[in-house]
Amino acid sequence: MNQTLSLLLQGLWNTVLLTAAAAVVAAACALLAGMGRISRDPIVRAVSALYVELFRGTSALVQLFWFYFALPILLGVSLPAFVAGVLVLGLNIGSYGAEVVRGAILAVPRSQHEAASALGFTRRQRMRYVVLPQAARAILPPAGNLLIELLKATALVSMITITDLTYAADRVREHTMQTGLVYGVTLLLYFTLALVITGGVRFLERRVSVGLRQDGVH
Amino acid sequence: MWSWDVAIEVMPLLLRGLWVTLQAVFWGMLLALVLGLAWALLRRSPRRVIAWPVRALVEFVRSTPLLVQLYFLYYFVLPAIGMRAEPLVTGVVALGIHFSAYTSEVYRAGIEAVPVGQWEASQTLNLTGWQTYRHVVLPQAIPPVVPALGNYLIAMFKETPLLSAITVVEMLQRALNFGSVHFRYLEPLTLVGALFLIVSLLSGILIRTVERRFLSPAR
Repeated sequence: MNQTLSLLLQGLWNTVLLTAAAAVVAAACALLAGMGRISRDPIVRAVSALYVELFRGTSALVQLFWFYFALPILLGVSLPAFVAGVLVLGLNIGSYGAEVVRGAILAVPRSQHEAASALGFTRRQRMRYVVLPQAARAILPPAGNLLIELLKATALVSMITITDLTYAADRVREHTMQTGLVYGVTLLLYFTLALVITGGVRFLERRVSVGLRQDGVH
Repeated sequence: MWSWDVAIEVMPLLLRGLWVTLQAVFWGMLLALVLGLAWALLRRSPRRVIAWPVRALVEFVRSTPLLVQLYFLYYFVLPAIGMRAEPLVTGVVALGIHFSAYTSEVYRAGIEAVPVGQWEASQTLNLTGWQTYRHVVLPQAIPPVVPALGNYLIAMFKETPLLSAITVVEMLQRALNFGSVHFRYLEPLTLVGALFLIVSLLSGILIRTVERRFLSPAR
């Protein structure tokens, strides 16, 4: 019983770690590719678009197997399972996030860009101090949904033998044969993690909306 | 490195897997469309004992991994109710239930977008609740959300490789089987990715065409 519990807890912890690490990768990819898609440089635009289409157009599980089994053949070095997992989950969710970032940046009113230019901001400063802080408000709610998608997607790594919550549950099921109980508890644990994420995102949404009136004007 | 001979050898296998995948998506989506509509209507029920559990169920299904839901169904629910766990059927049921949580939200958005006046007019005309939905609300609520439903069709298609976990021999499973026999993973896995990309892009174009049809001002 104790062993069972500690195995599940270890799996839970690994799922949390994977989600957190992949979220960092995803956020970086989303910001880079999201801004890249509206860059002035046509090459940056093309590379960003290619990344987004490739990762959104194919299946996350296929990507995972490809990075784990096929990429090492091309590169001659194999990726540790955990690294492959974080990388693929991050790149996958990041490609969806890129579209969110792009949409949010484009939704910032034109006048804000113009006002920043009039104040003598450089392009970089304009993005950093004027556009992105306003885009953040539009990014957060969909980002919260993507974070839950990411949490759910971490279950895939159990198929490349990472001991996440799903893998641990599978092991426990084999030992105890308490199938309904084990998977029921596992589903509840995932649901709890999702609730924590939802709560966290709501908190952040309130934080970035501080100082705004109801109509969203400063 | 890359060998075209291997690619040509594995291609027919993968296409047969694609056919299994498409079947799973077809039936799964049908189930998701029907169940999702049922959830959307039930959660609008004035009776809280009906509305509340349905809302909780939708939220739960949407926040938990499809893979675990698959295992739960395959190893527990189906055996427990005395059904032989046929992998493809289990997969279709799991896909259908999982995506019904998403489609129900889409229907809900569509229903909520129907102007209040339409409800009031139906009431004035003495239509029953069912008649109001059937003849007034749903015909206005569903067409605008068809593109959003279509996006979930593509999303479901991309989730089908998960069915390999319960031994459905779809594309990914065939690629992995081929890989383990011939020890060639590069070509089969890359081709699976390419096939996914092609079908996703084509369906995306198709959905945008349908979108123009449904959202054209002529209607």
